[in-house]
Amino acid sequence: MFHITTKRLSQLAIAIAACSSLATWSATEIRVMCYQDGNECDVTKDLAKRFEAQNADVSVIVDTVPYKAITEQLPVQLGAGEGPDIARVTDLGGLSRFYLDITPYVKDPKYWEANFGKALAWLRTTPGDKGIYGLQSQLTITGPFVNKTLFDQAKIAMPGPKATWDDWVSATRSVAKATQTPFAMAWDRTGHRFAGPAISYGAKIFDARGNLVIDDGYKMISKKFVDWNKDGTMPKEVWGGTGGSSYRDAFEEFKNGRIVLYLSGSWQIKRMDSQIGKSFDWVVVPNPCGPAACTGIPGGAAFVALKRTKSPKEVGRFLDFMAQETVYSEMIAKTENLPAHAGVAAKGVAYNVDAATKAAMNTFVGEVGKLSPIAYQIQGYKLNRALFLNTVTRVSQAIVGEMSTDDAMNRLVKDIDEAVKATAK
Amino acid sequence: MSHRAQKDSDQARANPLGQALTWLPRLLEPVMRFAQRVLGTRRMPWLFLTPNLLIFGTFTFLPIVINFYYAFTGGVKLFPSERPFTGMENMVTLFDCRDYFNPSTCRKDIFWQAVFNTAKFAVLQVGLMVVFSVITALVLNKKIIGRGFWRGVFFYPVLLSPVVVALIWKWILQSQGVLNGLLIGVGASPTEWLTSANWMFFWVILVSIWAHMGFYTLIVLAGLQAIPKDLYDAAQMDSASPWRVLRRITLPLLMPNLLVVIVLALIRAVQIFDEVFVLTGGGPGTATTFLVQFIYQTGFASEIHLYGLAAAASLVLAGALLVLTLLQLKITRGGEIRNSDAEGGAGHA
Repeated sequence: MFHITTKRLSQLAIAIAACSSLATWSATEIRVMCYQDGNECDVTKDLAKRFEAQNADVSVIVDTVPYKAITEQLPVQLGAGEGPDIARVTDLGGLSRFYLDITPYVKDPKYWEANFGKALAWLRTTPGDKGIYGLQSQLTITGPFVNKTLFDQAKIAMPGPKATWDDWVSATRSVAKATQTPFAMAWDRTGHRFAGPAISYGAKIFDARGNLVIDDGYKMISKKFVDWNKDGTMPKEVWGGTGGSSYRDAFEEFKNGRIVLYLSGSWQIKRMDSQIGKSFDWVVVPNPCGPAACTGIPGGAAFVALKRTKSPKEVGRFLDFMAQETVYSEMIAKTENLPAHAGVAAKGVAYNVDAATKAAMNTFVGEVGKLSPIAYQIQGYKLNRALFLNTVTRVSQAIVGEMSTDDAMNRLVKDIDEAVKATAK
Repeated sequence: MSHRAQKDSDQARANPLGQALTWLPRLLEPVMRFAQRVLGTRRMPWLFLTPNLLIFGTFTFLPIVINFYYAFTGGVKLFPSERPFTGMENMVTLFDCRDYFNPSTCRKDIFWQAVFNTAKFAVLQVGLMVVFSVITALVLNKKIIGRGFWRGVFFYPVLLSPVVVALIWKWILQSQGVLNGLLIGVGASPTEWLTSANWMFFWVILVSIWAHMGFYTLIVLAGLQAIPKDLYDAAQMDSASPWRVLRRITLPLLMPNLLVVIVLALIRAVQIFDEVFVLTGGGPGTATTFLVQFIYQTGFASEIHLYGLAAAASLVLAGALLVLTLLQLKITRGGEIRNSDAEGGAGHA
């Protein structure tokens, strides 16, 4: 009797093992190319495991890659018909021709429209398009971080919410001087960050026909920015220390207490929280004003479904899972990002952060209502990189003295024109 | 069977891998006999060349052909079938200049800046590297204490990845870097190395020489060791000064090696990209932007991928490399002919 039971048990064990290995073998694999500013990919991996537990027929592999791989390698891969099934991208409109419409694969398209409406539009190719191409995993807003400790040490009051960029330059210079901090300000080396102050100074960005334009407002902020770099208000190394249009942030300078004000965005909160810790007090302040507005630039990252996938249903299912209110809310809370989901935003997110970080997040949330319509328009414009990248190259040349700011602006107009013409072919 | 063949056969039998290697030709023999019967003896070499030709064709020749095609097409699409034919438009765009010696008057000013930077870099880096390589090789050829160690010291940077080289030097040169730390330590004021065009060009040359000199030193060292010692003995008997020995014996006899070094270094200098890209990104501004970086940025890094323009620029680069390669061939073949003439002459004598 014992013999028979053991034999049967062994057979059963083998059968179960065979079935489970068969299930693993037959699971459809989907790959997610993911970059992270903080812990976004790590959190996505955890959530993917939960999805797999509920969907045994799907295996989700999250590949964490550097941001450069997303901006430089992914477009080439997609152009060649290769690449992952899902990617976390920031060039929302620029890559739209590669996106897959997952409307047929999500349970309730109306839920998506109701909760992600504005962000869905950024992923669409044409204004009349109603497709769902991906999940806006975070909403971001550009804005300044300020080293409050330095202001306190200098006994100088911080400019108020309606202060202009010039007011902030003046105040941070005074603080830098009083505290022997090397520099007053730094902006991330990207045209995206640059665009907020540009719009505030009156840049229209688009002409009446909807084409990119470099107007007096854009030229004015460019001149100011170049001058601030040349006169030592800003560390020349951030924009002038490298060539081309490569992205470079100034987080390390801020973290090391080498600058008083740092223009970056809401996605840096997690890094501020974890890396600065108790070294000094930092706060987020409203975007400084110019004559035309007091705006930052909205944006964010989205998990987009890609046309080249051989598993559209599974891709749709996974993104649908991630979009559900409870899952999305958890992701936003753990990554300390701003939600792009209207329902989650309305109910509030249970961030497990200290008071300072919460205050920073609230300041960014408060900025949403103050964003200029042009800021939304440029973020959704599919050729916005023609402006952003060429701005970095040309303004950097002016900063290091290779050409005057006027010449840099003239070159910028030509560069944009050539890039736009090339995409029309 | 000879004693040696018997020994080889015994070894092969003892070793399974050796056995397999002994059997392999026997297994292939019928296949080869069949191929020879079908193709004929004269065509058999083609059979052996086919694998290499396939690899070369797929990974070298085909991309060259595609590059040619792309250079005459426009748009931003990747697939050749989706790209409109634009004829010479990309070349015209690149060469549209009012004054070729002033990049700011060119439509593609960064391309011309890259051309001039590359030329300047090639001349300065190669010139200095040859001089330093010869000096280093002369010193390392002497009987100095720890000669093996010093040879290693000069050769080790060659083994490093260009990215590692660049990161080491970035760490040294950044505003909060090691060099500025040392300067502050001795009471001097720090310098913003990375934002000064002239300084950065200097450092790019220096870093490049540091990273590659070991390889060229080795070639020169081999040349030095091939010079017959009798000549130096004779010079010593004639009381020739060291400077005269260098000018009249060492350098003339080293010339074939030096020519190879110069041409190889020139080719490498024209292709410079990786370590400079990581170290400076081509900056400050365009001060260290070289031709390959222009091609890379135009074709791949700008997000609006101008593959056609990048392909056209790479044809210009290919032209420069072709000239240098032909020069190298002429020099090395010239050397071979001279050597065979000399051997022939010696035979007649």
